Amino acid sequence: MKLFSRTTPVSSLAGRPEHSPTSPLSVHAMTVAYHQRPVIWDVEYEAPAQALIAIVGPNGAGKSTFMKACLGIIPRATGLVEFWGKRFEEQRHRVGYVPQRESVDWDFPVSAIDVVCMGRYGMIGWFRRVSREHRSRAMECLEMVGLSDFAHRQINQLSGGQQQRVFLARALAQEASLYFMDEPFAGVDAATERSIVEILKQLKADGKTVIVVHHDLSTVADYFDNVVLLNTRIIAHGPVSSTFTNDNLRRTYGGRLTILEEVGESMASQR
Amino acid sequence: MAFFSESSQLATEFADAFAVMTLRAGFNTALVVIGTTCLGVAAGVIGTFSLLRKRALMADALAHSALPGLALAFILGSLLGIGGKQLWLLLAGAAISGVLGVLIVQGISRTTRIQEDCAIAAVLSVFFGAGVVLLSIIQGMGTGEEGGLHHFIYGQTAAMTRGDALLTLMAAVATIMVCTLTFKEFRLICFDRGFAAATGWPISTIDFAMMAMVILITVVGLQSVGILLIVALLVIPPAGARFWTNRVSTMIPLAGCIGGVSGYLGSVASALLPGIPVGAVIVLVAGGVFFFSMIASPTRGLLGSTARHLWMRIRIAEDHLLRGIYERSEQMASSAEPHPGVYLDSLALTRHWNWLGRLLFLSWCRARGWIEIRRDKMKPEEAPDREEAPFGTILLLTPRGWEQAGRRVRNHRLWEEYLTTFTDVALSHVDYSADLVEHSLSPTIIAQLEASLATRKGAAWLLRKHRSIHPLDGTPETRASQPENHPDNIPPPSR
Repeated sequence: MKLFSRTTPVSSLAGRPEHSPTSPLSVHAMTVAYHQRPVIWDVEYEAPAQALIAIVGPNGAGKSTFMKACLGIIPRATGLVEFWGKRFEEQRHRVGYVPQRESVDWDFPVSAIDVVCMGRYGMIGWFRRVSREHRSRAMECLEMVGLSDFAHRQINQLSGGQQQRVFLARALAQEASLYFMDEPFAGVDAATERSIVEILKQLKADGKTVIVVHHDLSTVADYFDNVVLLNTRIIAHGPVSSTFTNDNLRRTYGGRLTILEEVGESMASQR
Repeated sequence: MAFFSESSQLATEFADAFAVMTLRAGFNTALVVIGTTCLGVAAGVIGTFSLLRKRALMADALAHSALPGLALAFILGSLLGIGGKQLWLLLAGAAISGVLGVLIVQGISRTTRIQEDCAIAAVLSVFFGAGVVLLSIIQGMGTGEEGGLHHFIYGQTAAMTRGDALLTLMAAVATIMVCTLTFKEFRLICFDRGFAAATGWPISTIDFAMMAMVILITVVGLQSVGILLIVALLVIPPAGARFWTNRVSTMIPLAGCIGGVSGYLGSVASALLPGIPVGAVIVLVAGGVFFFSMIASPTRGLLGSTARHLWMRIRIAEDHLLRGIYERSEQMASSAEPHPGVYLDSLALTRHWNWLGRLLFLSWCRARGWIEIRRDKMKPEEAPDREEAPFGTILLLTPRGWEQAGRRVRNHRLWEEYLTTFTDVALSHVDYSADLVEHSLSPTIIAQLEASLATRKGAAWLLRKHRSIHPLDGTPETRASQPENHPDNIPPPSR
């Protein structure tokens, strides 16, 4: 029996909406709290398929938390997250993840290719070693990000941008259909940023969806076609052209964004 | 005669030592030596993971927290009438209270705002204190067996029975097997927990398996190494091994070897000198290997990094001095007079050197055959404010030095040219960034620079001797306005 139809928006936990099987990510009534303080509050979101989606918001708005809670890395207080209409456990082989670069110790004694191979672990399974096929697939992913010459370098001998690309290659090695990327552009040089954007566009062309935590408001319109404005709650989401407006930005950043007008102007001039 | 008996005594001691070391001094001794060696290997292996997981101190908390459990198990055994010194009972008690201690540490650091290191320090000392109190209560009970309990604090293999040694051996083998089997999973958890969780690995389970191995080795090692020092066996061998390798897969066998050698020497020493606690010897051996690694490792060691640092400084100073002399000579080359050499004081870069560094460095350059040093009366115009012309140190490039300086200056200018041609760096910034990078330009990079500049500017450009693209210090005019001041080919100085 259908208690709620798709047309009525439901924000209570009593009902479980039927998430569309075509949407790579559906989030329903998700709340996440640290020490009783809600970081993300009652988020409803359905991601479009085959899109490049930016999550934008001020510092401490819960952008990373949103991602981690979707992936089950940190516990949700309440809420339901589904991938193509199913639970994460059934779909996780279709979900790739690029954590923040600072989240790991780069002095860790592994080589770049070893890190990329970690993207294949889910396919390899328990106890088995990385086979030659998986290794050569990982090598191809390193090549895609232009780092095949650095495969056997220890990871602390790579520059920040190269480290970020190693993480990207690891996610590519997962061969997922939906990617979460936590600030892939943080602290990278212009050349790396361009090559990452190329890879994002390629992923989209291959029919994949990429959700990116992004900081640089001035490039949102260039790199992405969809945007989620997040500040504890979702302020607005949708196509960049209709959602990334001055008004919505002001609501997202409140009084904290002094350069708001300026950015809005540059957005308007680019469109 | 006295000498003979002394030397024969020495010979017997050596024979004894040799017998112990080659496992021929009785089955029990051999078993103890093998058991402790395996313990060292296993501790090195699992310790590598706990070090990489940044849990080195957790093992210390675990070991210290085991003491009250040991004591309580002893009391329980005595009360039940099965005897206090049942090893399985003691170790079970140790494991339970050790785990309890670790759980309390994690509980404190998770639920309160107290940091983990603080929680560890507090919990391990409180548990250890409780253990010491319980031990003194046991002393008062007068069961007659309590003497052996103190061995758990410092460790004593002499008290090991065959069964104990076998238990140690089995635990070590089990640990090594688990670590080999789950190497991939353990490494993933240690490197990136978030990614592991996102790709569906049960991180709590894997973490628990890793912790369980640490607990097993700690508890089993309490008897031979002791509560106070078991953490050393888990931490020092991996830390030493880290100096020699950049791969977990190499670090693990290496840490196992260091741990094994430490355990082996420790138990041999204990068999020969019953008064010395094994734990102490094991830690001393491991510590020796660690300090050796810290100093001698070519890549991460102190000697290696100091040498590299020093070499870099010398190279930079050489570059600066040679370039300084070369560029001064270039400026003076336009005058028709014979090249007089360059006053040391006129080189801006030498002003901040102290006299010792200056002496050593100039001698170094002279020893390499690049410069000649001459003391000469200064010309009046060099020191206009003095009546009597003072003596000045004059530096002259030798033919070899001239060639060397030419090469280095060329590299510098190639790099400057590259920066302005390809990367839109403002001319005023070029010199600075070229200075920083040029010292590490390898011949391959030079070749690449030449190739990319040749395609852009034509091969003929490369064959020319390169002029500086920015005004040199002390010359106000630029190349564009007064090209004739910088002739393409500088005549070698006549001396």
